[in-house]
Amino acid sequence: MALHEQTLTELKAGLDRGDFTAVDITQALLDRIAAHGKDLNAFITVMGETALANAGQADKARAADQGGVLNGLPIVHKDIFCLRDVLTTCGSRMLKDFVSPYDATVVERLAGAGAVVLGKTNMDEFAMGSSNETSFFGPVKNPWGLEYSPGGSSGGSAASVAARLSPAATGTDTGGSIRQPAALTNTVGFKPTYGRVSRYGMVAFASSLDQAGVITRSAEDAALLLGVMAGFDERDSTSIDHPVPDYVAGLGESLDGLRVGVVRQHFDAGLDEATGKAVRDALAVLEARGATLTEVDLPNLDYCVPTYYVVAPAECSSNMSRFDGVRFGHRAEDPKDLLDLYCRSRGEGFGAEVKRRIMTGTYVLSAGYYDAYYLQAQKVRQLISEDFKKAFEKVDVIAGPTTPTPAFKLGAKTDDPITMYLNDIYTIGANLAGLPAMSTPCGMVNDFPVGLHLVGPHWAEASLLRTAHQYQTQTDWHTRCPEAYR
Amino acid sequence: MSADWEVVIGLEIHTQLATQSKIFSGASTAYGAEPNTQACLVDLAYPGVLPVLNKEVIRMAAMFGIAVNATISPRSIFARKNYFYPDLPKGYQISQYELPIVEHGELFIKDAGGNDKRIGITRAHLEEDAGKSIHEGLDRSSGIDLNRAGTPLLEIVSEPDLRSAREAIAYMRKIHTIVRYLGISDGNMQEGSFRCDANVSVRPVGQKELGTRSELKNLNSFRFIEKAINFEIERQIDIIEDGGKVAQETRLYDSDKDETRPMRSKEEANDYRYFPDPDLLPVEISAAFVDAVRKTLPELPDAKQQRFEAEHGLKADDAGILTASRALADYFESAASASDAQAQTVANWVIGDLSGALNKDGLDIEASRISAADLAGLVNRINDNTISGKIAKEVFEAMWAGGGTADAVIESRGLKQITDEAAIEAVVDKVIAANPQQVADYKGGKDKLIGFFVGQVMKETQGKANPGQVNKMLKGKLSS
Amino acid sequence: MSLDKDQVQHIAMLARLRLADDEFAETQDKLSRIVDFVDQLSAAPTDAVVPMAHPLNQAQRLRPDQVTEANERERMQKNAPAVADGLYLVPKVLE
Repeated sequence: MALHEQTLTELKAGLDRGDFTAVDITQALLDRIAAHGKDLNAFITVMGETALANAGQADKARAADQGGVLNGLPIVHKDIFCLRDVLTTCGSRMLKDFVSPYDATVVERLAGAGAVVLGKTNMDEFAMGSSNETSFFGPVKNPWGLEYSPGGSSGGSAASVAARLSPAATGTDTGGSIRQPAALTNTVGFKPTYGRVSRYGMVAFASSLDQAGVITRSAEDAALLLGVMAGFDERDSTSIDHPVPDYVAGLGESLDGLRVGVVRQHFDAGLDEATGKAVRDALAVLEARGATLTEVDLPNLDYCVPTYYVVAPAECSSNMSRFDGVRFGHRAEDPKDLLDLYCRSRGEGFGAEVKRRIMTGTYVLSAGYYDAYYLQAQKVRQLISEDFKKAFEKVDVIAGPTTPTPAFKLGAKTDDPITMYLNDIYTIGANLAGLPAMSTPCGMVNDFPVGLHLVGPHWAEASLLRTAHQYQTQTDWHTRCPEAYR
Repeated sequence: MSADWEVVIGLEIHTQLATQSKIFSGASTAYGAEPNTQACLVDLAYPGVLPVLNKEVIRMAAMFGIAVNATISPRSIFARKNYFYPDLPKGYQISQYELPIVEHGELFIKDAGGNDKRIGITRAHLEEDAGKSIHEGLDRSSGIDLNRAGTPLLEIVSEPDLRSAREAIAYMRKIHTIVRYLGISDGNMQEGSFRCDANVSVRPVGQKELGTRSELKNLNSFRFIEKAINFEIERQIDIIEDGGKVAQETRLYDSDKDETRPMRSKEEANDYRYFPDPDLLPVEISAAFVDAVRKTLPELPDAKQQRFEAEHGLKADDAGILTASRALADYFESAASASDAQAQTVANWVIGDLSGALNKDGLDIEASRISAADLAGLVNRINDNTISGKIAKEVFEAMWAGGGTADAVIESRGLKQITDEAAIEAVVDKVIAANPQQVADYKGGKDKLIGFFVGQVMKETQGKANPGQVNKMLKGKLSS
Repeated sequence: MSLDKDQVQHIAMLARLRLADDEFAETQDKLSRIVDFVDQLSAAPTDAVVPMAHPLNQAQRLRPDQVTEANERERMQKNAPAVADGLYLVPKVLE
C-alpha cells in the first residue's frame, strides 16, 4: 500500500516495524499536496521545510527509543488554530498576514506527542459557514466532485483527508463544522464533549459552542488523536478536569446491549430519500452487531437551528470586536479618525457572512431585544439539553443522518442564508447541549458519500468511538476513495 | 444654596485591588512600567486567548463585603460590557452586571449635626481596568499603553443617600480608609488606584421624584470632588431657576477653571449589550469561605476608634485622627504600649510633632524617621523627668535628623535635666543676688516677674533645670 | 422587511462595520430574513425555565495570584500596524 493510502494507525505500525521513515511519509504527502492542493484549494499554508525538519527529528528520536505516541505521524491543522511563527489566517482577509506569537494547546499537545505538521488548511471565514465558500482564499473543492462543496467550516481539513493529502486533520465544530464536512467527503469527523479539549489558541467564534476535534479515515485514528488532545488545560476556564480514558483500548468491546436511539423527526420530509435509506441500512448493521433500536423523542428539535442562530452570532459579535486594526490584523489605510479606523478596517477585513453574523448578534443583544432573543434562546437551549438528558435515560447513543442531503454544488445555497443554515439541522443539537458527537461514512448516493451521525451523553467519547469502530469492521464505506485521489 | 433645594448624590468608586497579577491573566500589575511591557497575550486580546480568574480578587471582594455588612453572593456571574475604545483591547470589558459578588451593604458617616448617618451601598462588583491613552506629544495620533488593561477593579456603588458635597467626601474618605485598612487597595489617587464618579441631581425640597442627574467623571482628589460637586449643584439650580431643564449627561471637572463641562466622547448613549461571559463560569462562594475570610478581617476603623477612646482614654477627635490610617493607628498603639506615660500624651506627640515632621518631609507614617519604640522612649524621658517638655522638642528634632534614640541624643548633648536641689539652689541664689532691683519689684507686687527669674535660671543652666523645681524654689526664696 | 434602513444603520454603527452602498441592501434583506427565522423562538415553552449558563453546569476555577508572564513587548508588537515608543497608535482621540 502506498504511504498516502495508509491510515494513521497503519503508518504508526509501519514506522514501528521500520518499513519506512517519518521523512518518507512527509515527503510523499508533500508531493501529493503539491500535485493536488491547488485544485482542491485545501491549503492556505504548506509547511514543507519545517515538516521535513520535524520528520527528521522524529526519526532521530525513534532511533534513540524516544518520542511520543504520535512520533513522526503527519497531521494538518485547520487555519483557526494558532501556530507559533506561522501564518494563522482563519480564512479571513482580517488576518491574512497574521503570524501567531504562540501555539494553541491542541497544537502543543500534538507536537509534544511527535506529530509532524504539514500545513494549515482552508476554512470558512472565522468558522462561519457550512460550505467553505466564505473563505477569503477562495472555496475548497470536494474531492468527490470539484464543482461541489466539501461542506464547512472545516472544508479544507475534510478535503485533505478525503483526497489522501494527509491521513488526519484537526478541525473545529460549533454547529457541525467537523461532522458535516466529514459526511460530505466520506471521512470520520469527531467532536468531543464541550470542555474535553482546550480552546486556548483556537480563535473563538461562539465560545459556549466551539470545540476542537479531528477528521480522520477511521474511528481508530480518531481515538488515537483524541487521547493526545483531550484533557484539562488551566489556560481555558471552560476546560473540564475529567479523566482521559484510553480511547484506543476500548474500541474492541462488543456492541451487545448497546441501546441506540432513533429520532422519529429526523426521518421526515427534509431528509433526502436515498440518504435516509443509507442511514437506515447502517442502523440495521448496528442491530446485527447486537445493538437494540428504540425510538426517542426530542420535542424541541425544531428550535435547534433558530436557537443556534441567536446564541452563536451573539457570542461571535462580541468575540470579533477585538479585530479593530489597532494591535494586529487588517488596518484601513489613512484612517481620518478613530471611527473611520474601526469601521473601515472591519468593513474591509471581514467578509459578508461574518459581517452578517456580527450584525445579527449585535441585534439580538441590543437594548430592547435581549430578553426576546438572547435570553429566550438560552432558555430554549436549556430545554433542548433536557430533551437529550431524558432521551439518554433510555438509550446510550442517538443515531441518524449527519446531513439532509449529500454534497451540494458550490454556489447552490448562497442566496438564502436560511437554506444554508438548515444544513446543520442534525448536528447543531449536540453543540447546544455540549454533547460528544461524530459522523462516520455509511453509504453512497449518486456517487457522493453520506454519513451516519452518532451523539452520546457527556463524556461518552469511548462509547461513540467503539460504536463507529465496530460498524467499520462490518462495512467498507470509510475505506472508499474518490478515483482521482487513489 | 437656598434652603428650597435638596441635593441627591450617589457615588461610584473604582478601587484597584492590590494583587500581584491581573484579574484574568498572569501579567504584573506593578505601577510605572514602560508602556506595554506588562501586557501579555491575554491583556492584548490576541485571537484565541482566554481569561482565567485570579483567586485573590475573590478574597479581597469578600473582605470588603464583610467590612460593610453586605451580602456575599454565593453565586455571581461575569458579564461582557461591549463598546469600542482603543484602551479596551477586546472591544468589551469583563465586568459584572446582574449578579454582582457583593450586594446590600452600608456604612456610617457623621452628618452636619455630628450624628451617625447610614449610607447604603447598593453593590460592589469586580471588573477589569482598561489601558491608558496618551494624547500629548504624538503628531495627530493618540498612543495606547495597555499595561493597566486587566488590572482588577472593585466598583463600589452607593445608594443615592448623600445630601451634600460634605457628606460625599465623608463617605468617600470612609471607603478609602476601609479599603486601605483591609489591605485590598493602596488607595493611591495620584496613581489612579482610587477613582470616583459622582451622580448629582437636585430637586425641590419635599419632592419625591429625583431630578435629572448628571454624571461627573474621573474626579481624582478629595478637593476636586468637593469643588466639582458644589459647582455642579449651583449650575443645576441656576438652570432650573432660569426655567430650563438639566440634561442627563456625563461631565468632566476642569480644575483650572473650576467648572464642569460635558464630555465629548460620551455624546452617544451607549448600548452595552451586556450578556454573561461564555469564557468564564459562575463564581461559587461557600459560606465556609466567607467565614474563613471573616476571621481574617482586621479591626475596622470605627471599632478601633471606639476602642482607642475607651481603652486608651483618648479624646474622640484624636482617636479619629489616629485611626484614619491603619498604619498610623498601629504606630500609635505600638508607641503607647512601649511607654509608661499616659496614652493621651503619646497621642499628642504623634498628632503634633511627629505628623508635623512627616508632612514637612512629605513622608507617610511607614517611612517615619523615628520608630514607634523610639518615640515611646522620648516620651518616657519626659515622663520620668530626665528632660523637660521644652528640651524634648530639641531632642525630637535631633532624633528626626538621624541622631538615634532619645537616650543617645540626651547623652551626647548633655541635655539631662538638672533636678538636684542643691545645684538648682546654687543657681537660684546666684540669680537672686544678681538682680536686686527685680527682686524688690517682685516683692513689691509684680508677680509676673517670676517669669524673668525662671528665664535667668534657665539661661544659666542652658535650659536644663527642671522648670517645676525652679519655679517652686524661686517662689519660696522670693517670698521670704 | 422586518428591519428598516435606520435599524440596519444603527446596528452597523454599534458593530463598527462600514457597509458599502451595494452591500447595504443585500445585508438588510438577509438580516431581515434571519430575524424572521429566529422569531419562531418566541413560541417555545420557556415559562419557568432557567437560561443555560454553561452546558456542563460547572463553577469557575480560580488561579493563584502570581506573576507568570514576562515582558515580551517586541514579540507582541511584531504584528502591530502602527507603533511608536512602545505605544499602539490610533488617530487622535478627543475627550
